[in-house]
Amino acid sequence: MKVIRVTLTYACLAVIAIVMLTPLVWLVAAAFKRGEDFFIYDFFPPPGRLSVTNFQSLFRQIPFLRFLINSLFVSSATVVVQLALSSMGGFALAKYDFRGKRAVVLLMLGTLIIPPEVLLAPLYELIYRMGLMDSYRGLIAPHAVSVFGMFLFAQSMRQVPDDLLLAGRVDGCTEFGLYWRIVMPVSRPMIGAFCLIAFMSSWNSFIWPLIVIHGQERFTLPLGLNQMLGVYKEDYGALMAGTLLSVLPVAVLFFALQKEFIAGLTTGAVKG
Amino acid sequence: MWHRWQSRHAPYLFISPFLILFVLFWGYPLVQSLRLSLFATSGPNSEVFVGLDNFHFLLRDPDFHLAVKNTLVYAFFAVGVQLPLSLGLAVLLNRRGLRLPNVFRFVFFSPHLMGTVFASVLFGLIFAPRFGVFNRVLHLAVGLPMNTRWLGDANLVMPAIILLSLWLNVGFYMIYFLAALQGVRQDLYEAARVDGAGPWMRFLHVTLPGIWPVTLFVLVISTIGSFRIFELPWLLLQNTTGPDQSGLFVVTYLYQKGFEAADLGYASAIGWSLTASLLVLTLAQLRFGGMARGVN
Repeated sequence: MKVIRVTLTYACLAVIAIVMLTPLVWLVAAAFKRGEDFFIYDFFPPPGRLSVTNFQSLFRQIPFLRFLINSLFVSSATVVVQLALSSMGGFALAKYDFRGKRAVVLLMLGTLIIPPEVLLAPLYELIYRMGLMDSYRGLIAPHAVSVFGMFLFAQSMRQVPDDLLLAGRVDGCTEFGLYWRIVMPVSRPMIGAFCLIAFMSSWNSFIWPLIVIHGQERFTLPLGLNQMLGVYKEDYGALMAGTLLSVLPVAVLFFALQKEFIAGLTTGAVKG
Repeated sequence: MWHRWQSRHAPYLFISPFLILFVLFWGYPLVQSLRLSLFATSGPNSEVFVGLDNFHFLLRDPDFHLAVKNTLVYAFFAVGVQLPLSLGLAVLLNRRGLRLPNVFRFVFFSPHLMGTVFASVLFGLIFAPRFGVFNRVLHLAVGLPMNTRWLGDANLVMPAIILLSLWLNVGFYMIYFLAALQGVRQDLYEAARVDGAGPWMRFLHVTLPGIWPVTLFVLVISTIGSFRIFELPWLLLQNTTGPDQSGLFVVTYLYQKGFEAADLGYASAIGWSLTASLLVLTLAQLRFGGMARGVN
Protein backbone atom coordinates (compact mmCIF):
# COMPACT_ATOMS: atom_id res chain seq x y z
CA MET A 1 0.00 0.00 0.00
CA LYS A 2 2.73 2.40 0.97
CA VAL A 3 4.85 1.36 -2.01
CA ILE A 4 1.99 2.25 -4.34
CA ARG A 5 1.57 5.66 -2.76
CA VAL A 6 5.25 6.47 -2.97
CA THR A 7 5.43 5.31 -6.60
CA LEU A 8 2.39 7.40 -7.42
CA THR A 9 3.95 10.47 -5.84
CA TYR A 10 7.13 10.11 -7.84
CA ALA A 11 5.20 9.39 -11.05
CA CYS A 12 3.19 12.56 -10.53
CA LEU A 13 6.29 14.61 -9.84
CA ALA A 14 8.09 13.16 -12.86
CA VAL A 15 5.23 13.91 -15.24
CA ILE A 16 4.97 17.49 -14.03
CA ALA A 17 8.73 17.92 -14.22
CA ILE A 18 8.67 16.76 -17.85
CA VAL A 19 5.85 19.17 -18.67
CA MET A 20 7.77 22.03 -17.06
CA LEU A 21 11.08 21.23 -18.74
CA THR A 22 9.97 20.29 -22.27
CA PRO A 23 9.53 23.87 -23.53
CA LEU A 24 12.92 24.83 -22.11
CA VAL A 25 14.65 21.86 -23.73
CA TRP A 26 12.90 22.69 -26.99
CA LEU A 27 14.17 26.26 -26.74
CA VAL A 28 17.77 25.13 -26.37
CA ALA A 29 17.38 22.66 -29.25
CA ALA A 30 15.79 25.27 -31.52
CA ALA A 31 18.58 27.73 -30.82
CA PHE A 32 21.22 25.26 -32.01
CA LYS A 33 19.39 23.91 -35.06
CA ARG A 34 20.22 25.00 -38.60
CA GLY A 35 17.46 26.63 -40.61
CA GLU A 36 17.01 23.63 -42.90
CA ASP A 37 16.79 21.27 -39.90
CA PHE A 38 14.26 23.36 -37.99
CA PHE A 39 11.19 21.45 -39.12
CA ILE A 40 12.87 18.09 -39.63
CA TYR A 41 13.88 17.41 -36.04
CA ASP A 42 11.44 18.07 -33.20
CA PHE A 43 14.20 18.48 -30.67
CA PHE A 44 17.93 18.01 -31.11
CA PRO A 45 19.37 17.02 -34.49
CA PRO A 46 22.21 14.46 -34.51
CA PRO A 47 25.24 15.97 -32.72
CA GLY A 48 27.09 16.51 -35.98
CA ARG A 49 24.37 18.87 -37.23
CA LEU A 50 24.32 21.16 -34.21
CA SER A 51 25.48 24.63 -35.11
CA VAL A 52 25.82 28.18 -33.86
CA THR A 53 24.75 29.86 -37.11
CA ASN A 54 21.67 31.26 -35.35
CA PHE A 55 23.83 33.11 -32.87
CA GLN A 56 26.05 34.40 -35.66
CA SER A 57 23.14 35.80 -37.63
CA LEU A 58 21.73 37.23 -34.41
CA PHE A 59 24.82 39.33 -33.83
CA ARG A 60 25.44 40.12 -37.48
CA GLN A 61 21.99 41.02 -38.75
CA ILE A 62 20.60 42.91 -35.81
CA PRO A 63 22.28 44.91 -33.02
CA PHE A 64 21.57 42.16 -30.52
CA LEU A 65 24.74 42.85 -28.54
CA ARG A 66 23.57 46.43 -28.17
CA PHE A 67 20.19 45.27 -26.82
CA LEU A 68 21.97 43.02 -24.35
CA ILE A 69 24.23 45.80 -23.11
CA ASN A 70 21.30 48.21 -22.89
CA SER A 71 19.33 45.73 -20.83
CA LEU A 72 22.27 45.05 -18.52
CA PHE A 73 22.82 48.77 -18.04
CA VAL A 74 19.18 49.73 -17.48
CA SER A 75 18.47 46.84 -15.11
CA SER A 76 21.66 47.32 -13.10
CA ALA A 77 21.09 51.06 -12.78
CA THR A 78 17.48 50.50 -11.72
CA VAL A 79 18.55 47.98 -9.09
CA VAL A 80 21.26 50.24 -7.66
CA VAL A 81 18.93 53.23 -7.39
CA GLN A 82 16.12 51.16 -5.90
CA LEU A 83 18.49 49.50 -3.46
CA ALA A 84 19.90 52.81 -2.19
CA LEU A 85 16.52 54.53 -1.83
CA SER A 86 14.54 51.66 -0.36
CA SER A 87 17.22 50.47 2.05
CA MET A 88 17.59 53.96 3.52
CA GLY A 89 13.82 54.37 3.68
CA GLY A 90 13.46 50.93 5.23
CA PHE A 91 16.11 51.78 7.81
CA ALA A 92 14.21 54.92 8.81
CA LEU A 93 10.98 52.95 9.21
CA ALA A 94 12.64 50.10 11.10
CA LYS A 95 14.83 51.94 13.59
CA TYR A 96 13.38 55.41 14.20
CA ASP A 97 10.18 56.90 15.45
CA PHE A 98 9.32 60.08 13.68
CA ARG A 99 6.33 62.29 13.03
CA GLY A 100 4.30 61.17 10.06
CA LYS A 101 5.68 57.62 10.08
CA ARG A 102 2.24 56.02 10.31
CA ALA A 103 0.95 58.18 7.47
CA VAL A 104 3.89 57.21 5.28
CA VAL A 105 3.36 53.50 5.97
CA LEU A 106 -0.37 53.68 5.25
CA LEU A 107 0.16 55.64 2.05
CA MET A 108 2.69 53.12 0.76
CA LEU A 109 0.55 50.12 1.74
CA GLY A 110 -2.31 51.67 -0.22
CA THR A 111 -0.22 51.84 -3.39
CA LEU A 112 0.42 48.11 -3.29
CA ILE A 113 -3.12 47.41 -4.51
CA ILE A 114 -3.11 50.14 -7.15
CA PRO A 115 -2.19 48.68 -10.55
CA PRO A 116 0.69 50.77 -11.95
CA GLU A 117 -1.03 50.80 -15.35
CA VAL A 118 -3.28 53.61 -14.13
CA LEU A 119 -0.12 55.76 -13.98
CA LEU A 120 1.00 55.07 -17.55
CA ALA A 121 -0.75 58.00 -19.24
CA PRO A 122 0.23 60.71 -16.72
CA LEU A 123 3.77 59.32 -16.43
CA TYR A 124 4.10 59.51 -20.19
CA GLU A 125 2.99 63.13 -20.02
CA LEU A 126 5.42 63.84 -17.18
CA ILE A 127 8.39 62.20 -18.89
CA TYR A 128 7.49 64.04 -22.09
CA ARG A 129 7.38 67.39 -20.26
CA MET A 130 10.71 66.64 -18.58
CA GLY A 131 12.22 66.05 -22.01
CA LEU A 132 13.18 62.48 -21.12
CA MET A 133 11.35 60.65 -23.93
CA ASP A 134 13.47 58.07 -25.71
CA SER A 135 16.23 58.19 -23.07
CA TYR A 136 17.62 55.79 -20.49
CA ARG A 137 16.78 58.27 -17.75
CA GLY A 138 13.15 58.31 -18.83
CA LEU A 139 13.20 54.54 -18.66
CA ILE A 140 14.79 54.32 -15.21
CA ALA A 141 13.34 57.31 -13.35
CA PRO A 142 9.75 56.10 -12.84
CA HIS A 143 11.11 52.80 -11.49
CA ALA A 144 13.43 54.51 -8.99
CA VAL A 145 11.21 53.80 -6.01
CA SER A 146 10.21 50.32 -4.94
CA VAL A 147 7.60 50.24 -2.20
CA PHE A 148 7.96 46.47 -2.00
CA GLY A 149 11.70 46.92 -1.45
CA MET A 150 11.24 49.43 1.31
CA PHE A 151 8.92 47.11 3.23
CA LEU A 152 11.31 44.22 2.67
CA PHE A 153 14.18 46.20 4.20
CA ALA A 154 12.07 47.65 6.99
CA GLN A 155 11.09 44.14 8.00
CA SER A 156 14.58 42.65 7.91
CA MET A 157 16.29 45.64 9.55
CA ARG A 158 13.87 45.54 12.47
CA GLN A 159 15.75 42.41 13.57
CA VAL A 160 19.05 44.27 13.98
CA PRO A 161 19.49 44.62 17.78
CA ASP A 162 19.17 48.17 19.09
CA ASP A 163 22.18 47.58 21.36
CA LEU A 164 24.35 47.27 18.29
CA LEU A 165 23.27 50.72 17.11
CA LEU A 166 23.66 52.17 20.61
CA ALA A 167 27.21 50.84 20.82
CA GLY A 168 27.94 52.47 17.47
CA ARG A 169 26.56 55.80 18.68
CA VAL A 170 28.66 55.64 21.85
CA ASP A 171 31.72 55.11 19.69
CA GLY A 172 30.89 58.33 17.82
CA CYS A 173 29.38 56.85 14.67
CA THR A 174 27.07 59.19 12.72
CA GLU A 175 23.57 57.95 11.93
CA PHE A 176 24.58 57.42 8.32
CA GLY A 177 27.60 55.51 9.59
CA LEU A 178 25.25 53.18 11.50
CA TYR A 179 23.34 52.53 8.30
CA TRP A 180 26.39 52.06 6.15
CA ARG A 181 28.78 50.20 8.49
CA ILE A 182 26.43 48.19 10.69
CA VAL A 183 22.94 47.72 9.29
CA MET A 184 23.78 47.25 5.62
CA PRO A 185 26.51 44.64 6.21
CA VAL A 186 24.26 42.53 8.44
CA SER A 187 21.43 42.78 5.86
CA ARG A 188 23.53 41.08 3.18
CA PRO A 189 21.11 38.15 2.56
CA MET A 190 18.15 40.49 2.14
CA ILE A 191 20.18 42.70 -0.19
CA GLY A 192 20.91 39.65 -2.34
CA ALA A 193 17.26 38.69 -2.46
CA PHE A 194 16.13 42.20 -3.25
CA CYS A 195 18.71 42.66 -6.01
CA LEU A 196 17.61 39.47 -7.73
CA ILE A 197 13.89 40.22 -7.50
CA ALA A 198 14.36 43.82 -8.64
CA PHE A 199 16.71 42.78 -11.45
CA MET A 200 14.26 40.19 -12.73
CA SER A 201 11.36 42.61 -12.78
CA SER A 202 13.39 45.29 -14.55
CA TRP A 203 14.83 42.75 -17.00
CA ASN A 204 11.31 41.68 -17.98
CA SER A 205 9.81 45.13 -18.03
CA PHE A 206 7.99 45.64 -21.31
CA ILE A 207 5.11 48.09 -21.41
CA TRP A 208 7.02 51.13 -20.12
CA PRO A 209 10.02 50.70 -22.47
CA LEU A 210 7.52 50.12 -25.29
CA ILE A 211 6.00 53.53 -24.57
CA VAL A 212 9.16 55.52 -23.85
CA ILE A 213 11.84 54.13 -26.17
CA HIS A 214 11.67 54.65 -29.92
CA GLY A 215 15.25 54.52 -31.19
CA GLN A 216 16.53 51.01 -31.91
CA GLU A 217 19.93 51.88 -30.42
CA ARG A 218 18.25 52.23 -27.02
CA PHE A 219 16.15 49.05 -27.22
CA THR A 220 16.26 46.68 -24.29
CA LEU A 221 16.03 42.92 -24.94
CA PRO A 222 12.22 42.69 -24.66
CA LEU A 223 11.88 45.47 -27.23
CA GLY A 224 14.50 43.87 -29.45
CA LEU A 225 12.73 40.51 -29.43
CA ASN A 226 9.41 42.23 -30.00
CA GLN A 227 10.88 43.84 -33.10
CA MET A 228 12.27 40.49 -34.27
CA LEU A 229 8.76 39.02 -33.99
CA GLY A 230 7.64 41.46 -36.65
CA VAL A 231 10.61 41.91 -38.93
CA TYR A 232 12.52 38.63 -38.74
CA LYS A 233 9.61 36.40 -37.88
CA GLU A 234 10.58 33.76 -40.43
CA ASP A 235 14.02 33.28 -38.89
CA TYR A 236 12.81 31.03 -36.08
CA GLY A 237 16.28 29.82 -35.15
CA ALA A 238 17.65 33.32 -34.57
CA LEU A 239 14.53 34.28 -32.63
CA MET A 240 15.02 31.31 -30.30
CA ALA A 241 18.75 31.96 -29.98
CA GLY A 242 17.90 35.51 -28.93
CA THR A 243 15.33 34.26 -26.43
CA LEU A 244 17.83 31.83 -24.96
CA LEU A 245 20.51 34.49 -24.56
CA SER A 246 17.98 36.85 -22.98
CA VAL A 247 17.08 34.34 -20.31
CA LEU A 248 20.62 33.25 -19.41
CA PRO A 249 21.71 36.24 -17.26
CA VAL A 250 18.70 35.85 -14.97
CA ALA A 251 19.29 32.11 -14.69
CA VAL A 252 22.93 32.67 -13.72
CA LEU A 253 21.97 35.27 -11.12
CA PHE A 254 19.34 32.93 -9.74
CA PHE A 255 21.83 30.11 -9.29
CA ALA A 256 24.09 32.44 -7.38
CA LEU A 257 21.34 33.80 -5.11
CA GLN A 258 18.81 30.97 -4.94
CA LYS A 259 18.59 30.66 -1.18
CA GLU A 260 18.30 34.38 -0.51
CA PHE A 261 15.71 34.70 -3.26
CA ILE A 262 13.23 32.32 -1.70
CA ALA A 263 13.77 33.80 1.74
CA GLY A 264 13.11 37.26 0.31
CA LEU A 265 9.97 36.26 -1.57
CA THR A 266 8.32 34.69 1.40
CA THR A 267 9.39 37.16 4.11
CA GLY A 268 6.39 39.43 3.83
CA ALA A 269 3.88 36.69 3.15
CA VAL A 270 4.70 34.07 5.73
CA LYS A 271 6.08 35.94 8.70
CA GLY A 272 4.21 39.22 8.20
CA MET B 1 26.96 70.68 16.42
CA TRP B 2 26.78 68.62 13.25
CA HIS B 3 26.58 65.46 15.27
CA ARG B 4 23.49 66.60 17.16
CA TRP B 5 21.84 68.04 14.08
CA GLN B 6 22.26 64.88 12.03
CA SER B 7 21.04 62.62 14.81
CA ARG B 8 17.88 64.69 15.33
CA HIS B 9 16.99 64.77 11.65
CA ALA B 10 18.30 61.33 10.69
CA PRO B 11 14.98 59.59 9.94
CA TYR B 12 13.82 62.43 7.68
CA LEU B 13 17.15 62.50 5.89
CA PHE B 14 16.98 58.77 5.32
CA ILE B 15 13.45 58.67 4.02
CA SER B 16 13.26 61.92 2.07
CA PRO B 17 15.01 60.79 -1.14
CA PHE B 18 12.53 57.94 -1.37
CA LEU B 19 9.58 60.16 -0.50
CA ILE B 20 10.47 62.91 -2.95
CA LEU B 21 10.74 60.51 -5.87
CA PHE B 22 7.68 58.65 -4.65
CA VAL B 23 5.62 61.83 -4.71
CA LEU B 24 7.01 62.74 -8.15
CA PHE B 25 6.54 59.37 -9.85
CA TRP B 26 3.59 57.91 -7.89
CA GLY B 27 1.67 60.59 -6.06
CA TYR B 28 1.61 63.24 -8.73
CA PRO B 29 0.75 60.86 -11.61
CA LEU B 30 -1.98 59.26 -9.52
CA VAL B 31 -3.71 62.61 -9.00
CA GLN B 32 -2.95 63.65 -12.55
CA SER B 33 -4.54 60.50 -13.96
CA LEU B 34 -7.77 61.35 -12.13
CA ARG B 35 -7.70 64.77 -13.77
CA LEU B 36 -6.76 63.35 -17.17
CA SER B 37 -9.68 60.94 -17.06
CA LEU B 38 -11.97 63.99 -17.33
CA PHE B 39 -10.34 65.18 -20.55
CA ALA B 40 -10.35 64.08 -24.16
CA THR B 41 -6.76 64.28 -25.29
CA SER B 42 -4.69 63.84 -28.37
CA GLY B 43 -1.14 63.27 -27.27
CA PRO B 44 0.42 65.24 -24.40
CA ASN B 45 -0.24 68.69 -25.87
CA SER B 46 -3.94 68.95 -26.60
CA GLU B 47 -6.77 68.35 -24.20
CA VAL B 48 -10.44 69.29 -23.93
CA PHE B 49 -12.45 69.04 -20.73
CA VAL B 50 -15.29 66.55 -21.18
CA GLY B 51 -16.37 65.82 -17.60
CA LEU B 52 -17.46 62.24 -17.12
CA ASP B 53 -17.87 61.57 -20.85
CA ASN B 54 -14.93 59.15 -20.91
CA PHE B 55 -16.63 57.01 -18.29
CA HIS B 56 -20.01 57.26 -20.00
CA PHE B 57 -18.41 56.21 -23.22
CA LEU B 58 -16.72 53.25 -21.51
CA LEU B 59 -20.14 51.98 -20.50
CA ARG B 60 -21.22 51.88 -24.13
CA ASP B 61 -17.91 50.85 -25.73
CA PRO B 62 -18.27 47.29 -27.10
CA ASP B 63 -14.48 46.86 -27.40
CA PHE B 64 -14.06 47.73 -23.74
CA HIS B 65 -16.82 45.28 -22.81
CA LEU B 66 -15.04 42.55 -24.73
CA ALA B 67 -11.75 43.43 -23.01
CA VAL B 68 -13.46 43.22 -19.61
CA LYS B 69 -15.09 39.92 -20.48
CA ASN B 70 -11.83 38.39 -21.68
CA THR B 71 -10.00 39.64 -18.61
CA LEU B 72 -12.62 38.18 -16.28
CA VAL B 73 -12.58 34.81 -18.04
CA TYR B 74 -8.81 34.74 -17.93
CA ALA B 75 -8.62 35.78 -14.28
CA PHE B 76 -11.25 33.23 -13.27
CA PHE B 77 -9.44 30.31 -14.88
CA ALA B 78 -5.90 31.46 -14.26
CA VAL B 79 -6.49 31.99 -10.54
CA GLY B 80 -8.97 29.16 -10.11
CA VAL B 81 -6.64 26.55 -11.59
CA GLN B 82 -3.36 28.08 -10.45
CA LEU B 83 -4.11 28.09 -6.73
CA PRO B 84 -5.14 24.42 -6.32
CA LEU B 85 -2.37 23.27 -8.66
CA SER B 86 0.39 25.17 -6.89
CA LEU B 87 -0.93 24.09 -3.49
CA GLY B 88 -1.04 20.48 -4.72
CA LEU B 89 2.55 20.67 -5.93
CA ALA B 90 3.66 22.13 -2.62
CA VAL B 91 1.89 19.34 -0.71
CA LEU B 92 3.59 16.72 -2.88
CA LEU B 93 6.99 18.32 -2.36
CA ASN B 94 6.43 18.64 1.37
CA ARG B 95 6.02 14.89 1.88
CA ARG B 96 8.33 13.55 4.54
CA GLY B 97 11.11 11.32 3.19
CA LEU B 98 10.81 12.64 -0.38
CA ARG B 99 14.09 12.39 -2.23
CA LEU B 100 15.58 15.32 -4.15
CA PRO B 101 12.98 17.88 -3.02
CA ASN B 102 15.27 20.74 -4.00
CA VAL B 103 15.73 19.40 -7.52
CA PHE B 104 11.97 19.12 -8.04
CA ARG B 105 11.42 22.52 -6.50
CA PHE B 106 13.94 24.07 -8.86
CA VAL B 107 12.48 22.30 -11.90
CA PHE B 108 8.93 23.44 -11.10
CA PHE B 109 10.11 26.96 -10.49
CA SER B 110 12.35 27.22 -13.56
CA PRO B 111 9.65 28.42 -16.03
CA HIS B 112 9.12 31.48 -13.87
CA LEU B 113 12.79 32.39 -14.32
CA MET B 114 12.16 32.83 -18.03
CA GLY B 115 9.89 35.77 -17.41
CA THR B 116 6.61 36.48 -19.17
CA VAL B 117 8.10 38.39 -22.10
CA PHE B 118 10.58 35.75 -23.21
CA ALA B 119 8.28 32.83 -22.46
CA SER B 120 5.59 34.39 -24.64
CA VAL B 121 8.01 34.70 -27.55
CA LEU B 122 8.98 31.05 -27.06
CA PHE B 123 5.39 29.82 -26.87
CA GLY B 124 4.48 31.70 -30.03
CA LEU B 125 6.46 28.93 -31.76
CA ILE B 126 5.52 26.10 -29.40
CA PHE B 127 1.82 26.69 -30.15
CA ALA B 128 2.46 26.98 -33.90
CA PRO B 129 0.49 24.70 -36.25
CA ARG B 130 2.30 21.89 -38.14
CA PHE B 131 5.73 22.06 -36.48
CA GLY B 132 4.78 23.29 -33.00
CA VAL B 133 5.87 20.91 -30.27
CA PHE B 134 2.59 21.39 -28.39
CA ASN B 135 0.61 20.00 -31.31
CA ARG B 136 3.16 17.22 -31.72
CA VAL B 137 2.69 16.09 -28.14
CA LEU B 138 -1.11 16.30 -28.33
CA HIS B 139 -1.02 14.43 -31.64
CA LEU B 140 0.98 11.58 -30.12
CA ALA B 141 -1.01 11.53 -26.91
CA VAL B 142 -4.65 11.95 -27.99
CA GLY B 143 -4.49 12.11 -31.78
CA LEU B 144 -5.37 15.78 -32.16
CA PRO B 145 -4.58 17.02 -35.69
CA MET B 146 -1.16 18.59 -36.17
CA ASN B 147 -2.60 21.67 -37.83
CA THR B 148 -4.61 22.90 -34.83
CA ARG B 149 -4.17 26.66 -34.92
CA TRP B 150 -3.99 27.56 -31.21
CA LEU B 151 -3.22 31.19 -31.89
CA GLY B 152 -5.31 31.50 -35.03
CA ASP B 153 -8.67 30.23 -33.80
CA ALA B 154 -10.78 32.59 -31.69
CA ASN B 155 -11.93 29.69 -29.48
CA LEU B 156 -8.45 28.39 -28.77
CA VAL B 157 -6.58 31.61 -28.01
CA MET B 158 -7.85 31.87 -24.44
CA PRO B 159 -6.99 28.26 -23.52
CA ALA B 160 -3.51 28.79 -24.98
CA ILE B 161 -3.03 31.97 -22.93
CA ILE B 162 -4.24 30.25 -19.75
CA LEU B 163 -1.97 27.25 -20.31
CA LEU B 164 1.06 29.48 -20.79
CA SER B 165 0.23 31.44 -17.67
CA LEU B 166 -0.10 28.20 -15.69
CA TRP B 167 3.26 26.99 -16.96
CA LEU B 168 4.84 30.29 -15.94
CA ASN B 169 3.25 30.84 -12.55
CA VAL B 170 2.35 27.56 -10.87
CA GLY B 171 5.91 27.02 -9.64
CA PHE B 172 6.11 30.59 -8.43
CA TYR B 173 3.06 30.40 -6.18
CA MET B 174 4.14 26.93 -5.09
CA ILE B 175 7.10 28.57 -3.32
CA TYR B 176 4.70 30.52 -1.09
CA PHE B 177 2.66 27.44 -0.24
CA LEU B 178 5.78 25.44 0.47
CA ALA B 179 7.01 28.04 2.91
CA ALA B 180 3.57 28.13 4.54
CA LEU B 181 3.37 24.34 4.84
CA GLN B 182 6.75 24.23 6.52
CA GLY B 183 5.44 26.70 9.09
CA VAL B 184 2.49 24.54 10.19
CA ARG B 185 3.05 23.21 13.70
CA GLN B 186 3.99 19.54 13.59
CA ASP B 187 2.54 18.79 17.04
CA LEU B 188 -0.93 19.62 15.70
CA TYR B 189 -0.58 16.76 13.18
CA GLU B 190 0.43 14.40 15.94
CA ALA B 191 -2.54 15.45 18.04
CA ALA B 192 -4.91 14.99 15.07
CA ARG B 193 -3.46 11.56 14.41
CA VAL B 194 -3.96 10.56 18.02
CA ASP B 195 -7.57 11.68 17.67
CA GLY B 196 -7.90 9.30 14.71
CA ALA B 197 -8.11 11.87 11.92
CA GLY B 198 -7.32 10.53 8.41
CA PRO B 199 -5.18 12.39 5.84
CA TRP B 200 -8.16 14.36 4.45
CA MET B 201 -9.37 15.41 7.87
CA ARG B 202 -5.85 16.41 8.84
CA PHE B 203 -5.57 18.49 5.65
CA LEU B 204 -8.92 20.20 6.27
CA HIS B 205 -8.51 20.86 9.97
CA VAL B 206 -4.78 21.28 10.48
CA THR B 207 -3.09 22.18 7.19
CA LEU B 208 -5.71 24.49 5.72
CA PRO B 209 -6.17 26.72 8.78
CA GLY B 210 -2.39 26.79 9.18
CA ILE B 211 -1.74 28.05 5.66
CA TRP B 212 -4.85 30.22 5.38
CA PRO B 213 -3.12 33.63 5.67
CA VAL B 214 -0.69 32.72 2.90
CA THR B 215 -3.49 31.29 0.76
CA LEU B 216 -5.36 34.56 1.08
CA PHE B 217 -2.20 36.50 0.23
CA VAL B 218 -1.59 34.38 -2.88
CA LEU B 219 -5.25 34.72 -3.89
CA VAL B 220 -5.02 38.50 -3.68
CA ILE B 221 -1.71 38.91 -5.53
CA SER B 222 -2.58 36.40 -8.24
CA THR B 223 -5.93 38.09 -8.84
CA ILE B 224 -4.25 41.48 -9.17
CA GLY B 225 -1.62 39.97 -11.44
CA SER B 226 -4.17 38.34 -13.71
CA PHE B 227 -6.18 41.56 -14.11
CA ARG B 228 -2.98 43.29 -15.25
CA ILE B 229 -2.28 40.83 -18.06
CA PHE B 230 -0.75 42.54 -21.10
CA GLU B 231 2.59 41.39 -22.44
CA LEU B 232 1.73 37.70 -22.45
CA PRO B 233 -1.01 37.90 -25.13
CA TRP B 234 0.58 40.91 -26.83
CA LEU B 235 3.80 39.02 -27.57
CA LEU B 236 2.21 35.60 -27.98
CA LEU B 237 -0.09 37.02 -30.66
CA GLN B 238 2.70 39.12 -32.24
CA ASN B 239 1.46 42.61 -31.34
CA THR B 240 -2.15 41.90 -32.20
CA THR B 241 -5.26 41.15 -30.18
CA GLY B 242 -5.70 37.86 -32.02
CA PRO B 243 -8.55 36.53 -34.18
CA ASP B 244 -11.84 38.29 -33.43
CA GLN B 245 -10.03 40.22 -30.69
CA SER B 246 -10.01 37.05 -28.60
CA GLY B 247 -6.77 38.24 -27.00
CA LEU B 248 -7.98 41.74 -26.11
CA PHE B 249 -7.58 42.52 -22.40
CA VAL B 250 -8.19 45.63 -20.33
CA VAL B 251 -4.55 46.73 -20.21
CA THR B 252 -4.15 45.90 -23.90
CA TYR B 253 -7.05 48.22 -24.62
CA LEU B 254 -5.55 50.88 -22.35
CA TYR B 255 -2.28 50.64 -24.29
CA GLN B 256 -4.01 50.82 -27.66
CA LYS B 257 -6.17 53.79 -26.71
CA GLY B 258 -3.48 55.72 -24.87
CA PHE B 259 -0.42 55.08 -26.94
CA GLU B 260 -1.56 53.99 -30.38
CA ALA B 261 -4.60 56.29 -30.61
CA ALA B 262 -2.93 58.90 -28.33
CA ASP B 263 -5.99 59.48 -26.11
CA LEU B 264 -4.37 59.71 -22.69
CA GLY B 265 -7.66 60.79 -21.12
CA TYR B 266 -9.54 57.71 -22.24
CA ALA B 267 -6.59 55.54 -21.22
CA SER B 268 -6.73 57.06 -17.74
CA ALA B 269 -10.45 56.36 -17.51
CA ILE B 270 -9.74 52.72 -18.41
CA GLY B 271 -6.97 52.69 -15.81
CA TRP B 272 -9.30 53.99 -13.11
CA SER B 273 -11.98 51.47 -13.88
CA LEU B 274 -9.32 48.76 -13.54
CA THR B 275 -8.14 50.26 -10.25
CA ALA B 276 -11.66 50.58 -8.86
CA SER B 277 -12.59 47.00 -9.69
CA LEU B 278 -9.36 45.69 -8.15
CA LEU B 279 -9.93 47.70 -4.98
CA VAL B 280 -13.44 46.30 -4.59
CA LEU B 281 -12.35 42.78 -5.42
CA THR B 282 -9.34 42.81 -3.09
CA LEU B 283 -11.35 44.17 -0.19
CA ALA B 284 -14.05 41.55 -0.83
CA GLN B 285 -11.45 38.77 -0.92
CA LEU B 286 -9.88 39.93 2.33
CA ARG B 287 -13.31 40.31 3.95
CA PHE B 288 -14.62 36.91 2.92
CA GLY B 289 -11.22 35.35 3.47
CA GLY B 290 -11.25 36.62 7.02
CA MET B 291 -14.79 35.28 7.55
CA ALA B 292 -13.83 31.86 6.17
CA ARG B 293 -10.96 31.80 8.59
CA GLY B 294 -13.35 32.49 11.43
CA VAL B 295 -15.43 29.47 10.40
CA ASN B 296 -12.34 27.31 10.36
